Amino acid sequence: MSRLRESLIELIRRTSAEIPDDVQTAILRGLEQEKEGTIAKSALEIIERNIGLAKSKSQPICQDTGSILFYIDCPVGLNQIEFGREAREAVKEATKLGYLRQNSVDSITGKNDGTNLGPGAPSLHFHQHTSEDTSVRLVLKGGGCENVGAQFSLPNTKLDANRDLDGCRKVILEAVHQAQGRGCGPGVLGVCIGGDRASGYEFSKREFLRDLDDRNPDPKLDELEQDILKTANELGIGPMGFGGKTTLLGVKIGAANRVPASYFVSVSYMCWAFRRDGATLANDGEITGWLY
Amino acid sequence: MTHSLSSPISEEAIRELKVGDQVLISGTVFTGRDAVHKYLHDGGELPDGVNLDGGILYHCGPVVLKDDNGEWKVTAAGPTTSIREEPYQGDIMKQFGIRGVIGKGGMADKTLTACKEHGAVYLHAIGGAAQVLAECIIRVRNVYMLDEFGSPEAIWEFEVRDFPAVVTMDSHGESLHKDIFARSEDALAQRR
Ligand code: SF4
Repeated sequence: MSRLRESLIELIRRTSAEIPDDVQTAILRGLEQEKEGTIAKSALEIIERNIGLAKSKSQPICQDTGSILFYIDCPVGLNQIEFGREAREAVKEATKLGYLRQNSVDSITGKNDGTNLGPGAPSLHFHQHTSEDTSVRLVLKGGGCENVGAQFSLPNTKLDANRDLDGCRKVILEAVHQAQGRGCGPGVLGVCIGGDRASGYEFSKREFLRDLDDRNPDPKLDELEQDILKTANELGIGPMGFGGKTTLLGVKIGAANRVPASYFVSVSYMCWAFRRDGATLANDGEITGWLY
Repeated sequence: MTHSLSSPISEEAIRELKVGDQVLISGTVFTGRDAVHKYLHDGGELPDGVNLDGGILYHCGPVVLKDDNGEWKVTAAGPTTSIREEPYQGDIMKQFGIRGVIGKGGMADKTLTACKEHGAVYLHAIGGAAQVLAECIIRVRNVYMLDEFGSPEAIWEFEVRDFPAVVTMDSHGESLHKDIFARSEDALAQRR
């Protein structure tokens, strides 16, 4: 087996079984602020226990191991066809090893061949850069939380949302309200303002690659992120929608240019089982370091 | 308040439970999801050995493997989204005498009304907590309709110990989901 394939299998294992530190810290913060004896507190305690168990047993944190999203930053010379082939083989092998559930269904026949491979699965996003370094990030995005994502076209009369940041704020908070009780909160929002219907959702998912504790370099978006996080946590929705203070763990917002006629706000929701990891790779495919 | 529950459960015991109560479930639990609900609602009969009278039904498509000794072993067993069974749940509850339904995300008015009329509760498990919940399943007693429905959709009979859940719909017409939805809507309106 190639070095690269081995590395990618290890990346999948780690992503599926170990929650990243920034997410775990945010969950612990939520746990501290919930009142003793509430169902919100005990929900977070169970979540915390689950995170520990999954890690020690090297088993999936959640049984829905989600859509498999690879993001690769690479130099111009990297053979993307070969990389893609190795990534698919790694997915197949990781499924056999139980790091991934047999989770990919042919949309027309309804058949699940148990490999997690097929059109669009896994999805691979390559990005060439001028540096000589290669890195690969992986996000496993569960179905329950994917189902509560929402895309709004502004202006939205019902929500009194205009084509400005205040309008964005209104629709994003609406998405949080609608997602309650579904999608396994506390969650994290990835948002894209602008783009078209496809790129909007795609960019919104890229926001999940950011560290939860980072700050948006754009002061306006930073303010919006902080505002939505604070406001959402004042709504009393809480973990699992049981009530409580921990509704969201983070909000990440980016922007893409749009055509004058369109103004989309695309909101992706990530459940508490936020599985994301990444590694830097040597030329032979060996892992040289972890990114999260 | 934390209650212990084990099947068969009497109507009286169920009527004592209120929205927001935490429960630890022990004893027998049967799984059933989309295929089972549709089958029963279409007039299908329960296979021999499955008795839901006073029992608990779990909306779950577990990952179950056979170990080297040929014993079934549950490796992941979190709840699946319950609302898909809304068209069927109320009738099935009444017809088979079910007292508790475990799932996630809550259910709607038809089920809530059935809970009130018949004397049953909806028990919300922690979504995604596959490992913790799998540990609470101490034995797989049996599996039914495996050939017809396939593993995730089959009826699994589990013996559970201290399986944690929260009453989010009770037999008095109360729903935590409705309540929190309304309250958070008001809170949002003030912050718009
Ligand atoms: S929404 Fe997330 S935590 Fe919930 S079942 Fe799906 S993947 Fe698991």
